[in-house]
Amino acid sequence: MKLFPIPGGIHPEYRKTLASEVAISTLPLPERLHVPLQQHIGAAADPLVGVGERVRKGQLIARGRGVVSASQHAPTSGIVVEIGELTAPHPSGLAQPTIVIEADGQDEWAELPPPIEDPFAASPRAIQERVDASGIVGMGGAAFPSAVKLELGNRHALDILLINGAECEPYLTCDDRVMREHATEVIDGARIMAHALRAERVIVAIEDNKPQALAAMQAVAAKVVGDGPSVEVIGVPVQYPMGSERHLVLAVTGRETPAKKLTADVGVVVHNVGTARAVHHAVRFGRPLIARVVTVSGAAIRQPKNVEVPIGTPVSALLDFCSGFASEPASLVLGGPMMGQPLLSLDVPLVKGSSGVLALTREEVNEQPASTCIRCGSCVEVCPCGLVPLEMAAYIRKDKLKEVAALGVTDCMSCGSCSWVCPSHIPLVHYFNYAKGALAAEAREQRKSELVRVRSEAHQARLEKIAAERAAKRGGAGGNAA
Amino acid sequence: MMMDVGSLTAMGVVLGGVLGAAAHFLKVEENPIEAEIKEMLPGSQCGQCGFVGCAQAAAALAKGEAPVTLCPPGGRAVAEALAKKLGVTADLSAVEDPRDEYAEIAESACIGCTKCLQACSVDAIVGAAKQMHGVIPELCHGCRKCIETCPTNAIHMVEVEPTIATWHWPKPDGEAGAADSTHTHH
Amino acid sequence: MMPQLKARSGPFTHSRTSVREKMMTVLLALAPAVAFDLWLFGLPAIMLFVVTVSACVAFEALCLKQAGQPVAPTLGDGSAILTGSLLAMSLPPWGPWWIGVLGALIAIPLAKHAYGGIGRNLFNPAMVARVALLVSFPVVMTAWVAPHPLFAAGSPGFSDSLAILFGAAPAAFSVDAVASATPLGFVKTELSRGIAVSQSVASVPGLSDLFFGLRPGSLGETSALLILLGGLVLIWRRIISWHIPATVLATIFVVASLAHWLAPDRFASGTFHLFSGASFLGAFFIATDYVTSPVSKRGQLVFGFGVGLLAWVIRTFAGYPEGMAFAVLLMNALTPIIDQYTRPRILGRDRRGDPLPLREGAR
Repeated sequence: MKLFPIPGGIHPEYRKTLASEVAISTLPLPERLHVPLQQHIGAAADPLVGVGERVRKGQLIARGRGVVSASQHAPTSGIVVEIGELTAPHPSGLAQPTIVIEADGQDEWAELPPPIEDPFAASPRAIQERVDASGIVGMGGAAFPSAVKLELGNRHALDILLINGAECEPYLTCDDRVMREHATEVIDGARIMAHALRAERVIVAIEDNKPQALAAMQAVAAKVVGDGPSVEVIGVPVQYPMGSERHLVLAVTGRETPAKKLTADVGVVVHNVGTARAVHHAVRFGRPLIARVVTVSGAAIRQPKNVEVPIGTPVSALLDFCSGFASEPASLVLGGPMMGQPLLSLDVPLVKGSSGVLALTREEVNEQPASTCIRCGSCVEVCPCGLVPLEMAAYIRKDKLKEVAALGVTDCMSCGSCSWVCPSHIPLVHYFNYAKGALAAEAREQRKSELVRVRSEAHQARLEKIAAERAAKRGGAGGNAA
Repeated sequence: MMMDVGSLTAMGVVLGGVLGAAAHFLKVEENPIEAEIKEMLPGSQCGQCGFVGCAQAAAALAKGEAPVTLCPPGGRAVAEALAKKLGVTADLSAVEDPRDEYAEIAESACIGCTKCLQACSVDAIVGAAKQMHGVIPELCHGCRKCIETCPTNAIHMVEVEPTIATWHWPKPDGEAGAADSTHTHH
Repeated sequence: MMPQLKARSGPFTHSRTSVREKMMTVLLALAPAVAFDLWLFGLPAIMLFVVTVSACVAFEALCLKQAGQPVAPTLGDGSAILTGSLLAMSLPPWGPWWIGVLGALIAIPLAKHAYGGIGRNLFNPAMVARVALLVSFPVVMTAWVAPHPLFAAGSPGFSDSLAILFGAAPAAFSVDAVASATPLGFVKTELSRGIAVSQSVASVPGLSDLFFGLRPGSLGETSALLILLGGLVLIWRRIISWHIPATVLATIFVVASLAHWLAPDRFASGTFHLFSGASFLGAFFIATDYVTSPVSKRGQLVFGFGVGLLAWVIRTFAGYPEGMAFAVLLMNALTPIIDQYTRPRILGRDRRGDPLPLREGAR
């Protein structure tokens, strides 16, 4: 298959072998699970259970609200002991509404919706509804509600479902292991999704540094028979950030997604391999998304592993299962080292979008004090989005947000390539994250001032009208008296 | 020599004439800056500047009768923009950005007098006579007008706390030896 | 064990590169050429080199201290040593000590720190110093000597070298005794005397001597071979990309060849231009200076073309035999505007910054 080059990119030290040969193990059931109502992009779910209520595994405990949202299910059976504000797995360290379940150890399943017997004969609508009801979100990290993405086929002419098995982040091996150990489930889920999207082709793209996964997936794809779309499994070059949706689409199809548009606008929808597997479970067994595979790695972890954990497991329980720290970590990361978020507490739960927990040593992080930019242009060379990071950072330093927006900071996907390559160790991505947040805050502010302006004008007009009426009344009354 | 003097004189006369004519025919009737300034102000008619509304404040600013630092809700951004527009230099060091606040009414103290309802320029307070009033935080812009009108001191300001949805990364510290403040700022 | 948890934005890994590593690699790549030149011109050249580099480092330390910036880390990045080396390589090898110190004074406090230090200077410090010296002290700056290789018969000894350094050269080594024109200078002078280029080129060292560097010139104007090798190392180590050096050299070669083809008596050939003067040093080590050259690849192509063209124009039509320094400085001045007009295309947008149109047939 002909591949297309993608701009920029880097080749970091991948260090995947720390965990890549460790088969997926299952975490012993933790005592308590913290299920946040919002683990996804969109609106938080509405809780359906109360404190003291007993829930069973797979039971719907919070229903998605609005168009872009996702439901939450009980990861095990037990008692709801608290519904309150608990620290979120988020760099702000702020709290978010969370349902706390104390496990009763019985792991007793609730009554699940029946399997969809022949998904390829079922209507796309039925598949979409099942995925929505199962609370499935993108498991590559962005956590966008999958059902919404499966409905794209209703409005766009799609020809390709691209399954993202690139796993371009260093250290992470959860997708690699899922493909090696559960290739049948992934391929089946992918074909079901393609049916829901009315896409004719399924292409699974895997970076060439995962030959076993590539072989396993190809073997299963070759055996696909019967109804439904066929599957091609291809290797793509090892080049970070190959796993970015837009870049993978460009590399595989040569189609460049216009800014502010979706890949669906060029006929392609991308889903992660973990998501495909979750769809398989939801459609074939009626099981909602209540567990996921997480890579625990980094030189500061005593026993790097790939672990299947119930959603809501505290990070500390997972670390204990991996025998804790081998040395004091310099950084703790939720997700991959390039685009992951700092872990501020070990009490926060693992959620549907958590792909990894990394404990990195000082040597691995290689953080140095930032020095002045020497204009070497490395950041321009590696930026996969065609931006000029050094120029954007210079404007942000002076808080010139309008100028930096014109330079395209909102097109930056925070892949971290520029920060990684910068010889002056300037935290470029941090600058861009700040600018993007400040621009969003400014836009919110603007909307509010507009609201205030409109309402105060209406208020003013009403007061004037009342005053005028009163004056008229008084005037009329006076006339009568005279 | 005569040629040079002649041509320069001719140019002077012609250009001077053109400028004079332009000044005469393109004369601007009123102070256009007033409308522009009004656009720059928040337009919430909060009255914290001491004028009745934003239009009156704009008029005073245009005539140079009010300081550019007059608008508390506008904060530093508006003060800077005004100073630039009016071409004046002003000490902006005392200007603080407004804190994001909203009003809250204490249930126990509210007597339902509706005074605050009338004072609120954005109709963010709901309620009826003899009934407890409430503030819709999303609409309140923190002008504090209601506080003054409340006879029982039942209203106080609450700071808007960041949420996961509104939080964003702070600006990073500058680079070591980053001297961009030394030769670009004055 | 509870680690120190700190909120910082990712990435949480970093390449092994640093400013120091980059500067040191450039210095290493330059080292063979420097060593060869110092050997070629003997002890006086070594002494001037040491004086110039030391002065640059000293001025850098002083300026950092003056600006209240940490001295050790910035001094440790090696940029002052690099500037000093490049400056020393553009001085006449037997120049007096003060020309090196004065050059360092112009390069570091004036051309670099007056703009805010490393990363903020508009012009290449070493070239500003060279040009300022050339304009101010034309006689000293063009006192080229014939090669006097170290340890060879006739090479000045320690005391003679010291005397040369302090401007009191003994008779055997006085300017009149050892002076020699550079090939570019010679051709230019001969042309002004009405002698055709084709004739004068015949009496300067052959192309292979130019290539290997056995001829008069400033330190860096000699050995094109070693400079070329150093430059290739830089490209191989990904310190610089090929864009600037390739366009500089290609432009010089093509323009000079074209002119030579049109009027052989008036214009020297492309190969002559390529291998004489500072073409190679300029293309690989000076025009590629990070701070003062454009950051995007397209911008670097424009920049390289400009340097090559201007260098040939100045060599051919202006009063100075070598135009590389002037060409680089002129293009340095254009760098901000080149950067502004050669930003890469943003993914998903056209060159104007508007989102790409949707393909036909998409709903």
